[in-house]
Amino acid sequence: MRATSHAFKANAHEALVDATLQKALGIMKSGFQVRRAEAIAKLPEFEALREAGRAIKNHTLENLDFYLEAFEAKVLARGGQVHWCRTPAEARDTVLGICQRLGAKTVTKGKSMIAEEIALNDFLEANQIVPVETDLGEYIIQLRKEPPSHIIAPAVHLVKEQVADTFRASHRELDPARPLEDARTLCDEARAVLRQKFLRADVGITGANFLIAETGSSVIVTNEGNGDLTQTLTKAHIVLASLEKVVPTLEDTATILRLLARSATGQEFSTYTTFSTGPRRPEDTDGPGEYHVVLLDNGRSAMLGTEFQDMLRCIRCSACLNHCPVYAAVGGHAYGWVYPGPMGAVLTPNLIGVEEAGHLPNASTFCGRCESVCPMKIPLPKMMRHWREREFEQELSPAAYRAGLSLWAFLARRPALYHAMTGIATRVLGAVGRRRGRFRTLPLASGWTNVRDMPAPEGRSFQSLWAERRRSKPARKT
Amino acid sequence: MPDQPVRVGLFVTCLVDLFRPSVGFAAVKLLEAAGCTVEVPRLQTCCGQPAYNSGDKADAQALARQVMDAFEGFDYVVAPSGSCAGQIRAHYPEMFADDPAQFQRAQHLAKRTYELVSFLVDVRGMDRVAAHYDGKVTYHDSCSGLRELGVKQQPRRLLASVDGLKLAELPGAEICCGFGGTFCIKYPEISDKMLAEKTADIGATGADTLLAGDLGCLLNMAGKLHRQGKSVRVRHVAEVLADMTGELPPIGAPAEETR
Repeated sequence: MRATSHAFKANAHEALVDATLQKALGIMKSGFQVRRAEAIAKLPEFEALREAGRAIKNHTLENLDFYLEAFEAKVLARGGQVHWCRTPAEARDTVLGICQRLGAKTVTKGKSMIAEEIALNDFLEANQIVPVETDLGEYIIQLRKEPPSHIIAPAVHLVKEQVADTFRASHRELDPARPLEDARTLCDEARAVLRQKFLRADVGITGANFLIAETGSSVIVTNEGNGDLTQTLTKAHIVLASLEKVVPTLEDTATILRLLARSATGQEFSTYTTFSTGPRRPEDTDGPGEYHVVLLDNGRSAMLGTEFQDMLRCIRCSACLNHCPVYAAVGGHAYGWVYPGPMGAVLTPNLIGVEEAGHLPNASTFCGRCESVCPMKIPLPKMMRHWREREFEQELSPAAYRAGLSLWAFLARRPALYHAMTGIATRVLGAVGRRRGRFRTLPLASGWTNVRDMPAPEGRSFQSLWAERRRSKPARKT
Repeated sequence: MPDQPVRVGLFVTCLVDLFRPSVGFAAVKLLEAAGCTVEVPRLQTCCGQPAYNSGDKADAQALARQVMDAFEGFDYVVAPSGSCAGQIRAHYPEMFADDPAQFQRAQHLAKRTYELVSFLVDVRGMDRVAAHYDGKVTYHDSCSGLRELGVKQQPRRLLASVDGLKLAELPGAEICCGFGGTFCIKYPEISDKMLAEKTADIGATGADTLLAGDLGCLLNMAGKLHRQGKSVRVRHVAEVLADMTGELPPIGAPAEETR
């Protein structure tokens, strides 16, 4: 997808004045937070699991080459193939090559953020292959030609009336006067339409929550079972995964699975957790004819050994989005690329460049809620600050802001001058603002006073009052 | 309460220094009541957080060194702000990760630095104050104090001892008010949205007074409440705990209005 992260401010404005979007975001916010809190309250060892999960991922990242090669060896031994792709273009070409070799006309897709990252659907369509999203949320936004706004709930920006309108406009073979008021009816309709598409598909593409080095398996977690149908009914199952998805063992997978659903949706476990290992064997009753893992780097290996390495622990649970007040205010589309919210604010500049995505790590109050709920204990604010440091070094931050900051720092580093200057300023503001107690407008402070009053200072600085008090009572001893 | 006097260096914070010096005097009064002698180094200006969070590491480090110089030799350093205390405690050491000598100094300072109310309760064992406040108050947990320093129960414990005060818990008390330092002027529309949700939550409590422990958040919320024409009085928690509300108008209120 074409990134609009550089236009974050304009995107955010659009989102803030969109009443329907604001309604949808209001519903989302409370649901995810409450369910997560309840699930975690029931699991006393949650903190210990977070530590364990972090340790597993850190160990894997320190030995990433070893575990990826071990994974590949197991996949090969089970009759599958691993395709190492440096760039989105390489990954797209690999997928297309497999589809064309098998004469595929339709591919079904389980939910995959890597597919979004490499803009796979547009590419397949341009090559006369019809991709069909089978996750309900992804299906809805595919019909609407929109990108996902959330990494696990891609259509969370919509209310159900919009979904009904979309279905009525897209499912033209159905009675236009049918009732589509409640969520159940909408699900049933999507289910019936999609069932036919599953049966006709030639290739099934899924993402992966884990790649297991010990067994050569890929794992997906879903709540709809669509991933299972996608991968079992077709000539080939293509797994799209970025390289940090690998974990050493089945046991490690189990540990992180205990964190994942609780952090994501507040479930103890997702409805379906599916392990796929190689293509169908002669004795199997079903399964794909071929098994391919398209392993995407796209800038991730360059994060190893940098201040951004910790970001590669991310398991895409979305807890940081669900608890972020900025995400809750503007929704996912405002971030302008695939990954929104705090995890996107750190990851996106790594993947598409800080020149394009520089706003994202700045659009945070550093309230720290994201880090406090992250099951992998990723220090998200700290890494956003690293981006700000790089932007400052490269002079990418706005010139007026930099000038203001250096003037302030110049003063703050000279205490005598600082106290003299600020003492005058606070006296003037205090005298002018004393009667009302606040200002409705102030020169150079419109960013503040456009939406809120500026409380007036009391009129004297603490330092000057303290100096006076010391002069009048020089020997203050307790 | 331990009766051995301890030497506390008051980190006034730049906002208290310029906007609300009474909070500084409230802090002094509370610290003295907790058996401390208080000094205020003249060399201090700002903890450097605006520079640090803007990616200006050189200025942030220079200001951190200035603070480390100014507060050499105190038993404790106390700030009436979780944000500034958090900057010193949580971020000064990481800022000097590549500079062993400064790192050691930063760690030494970090270990002795506290947010005011948590210092009174956790370090000095204060469990009550001699104060009176007629009103139904609600309390906003400022982000840095809450998540970097674990300030949560301490202000509630002391507020519970204030004669006449009733506490109504704020729904979403742990959600950011939208201040975020320079965030509120860099992204004013988003800040305003967060702030409007906060003031709606404050209104829903029916409280007549809003308290918090950080002046940045308080200026932000007071400014919005006034803009919306709401009559909620806004104060730093230290003003109430130090029983100074009788002589001092609430934040953003006209000079003659006190309570």
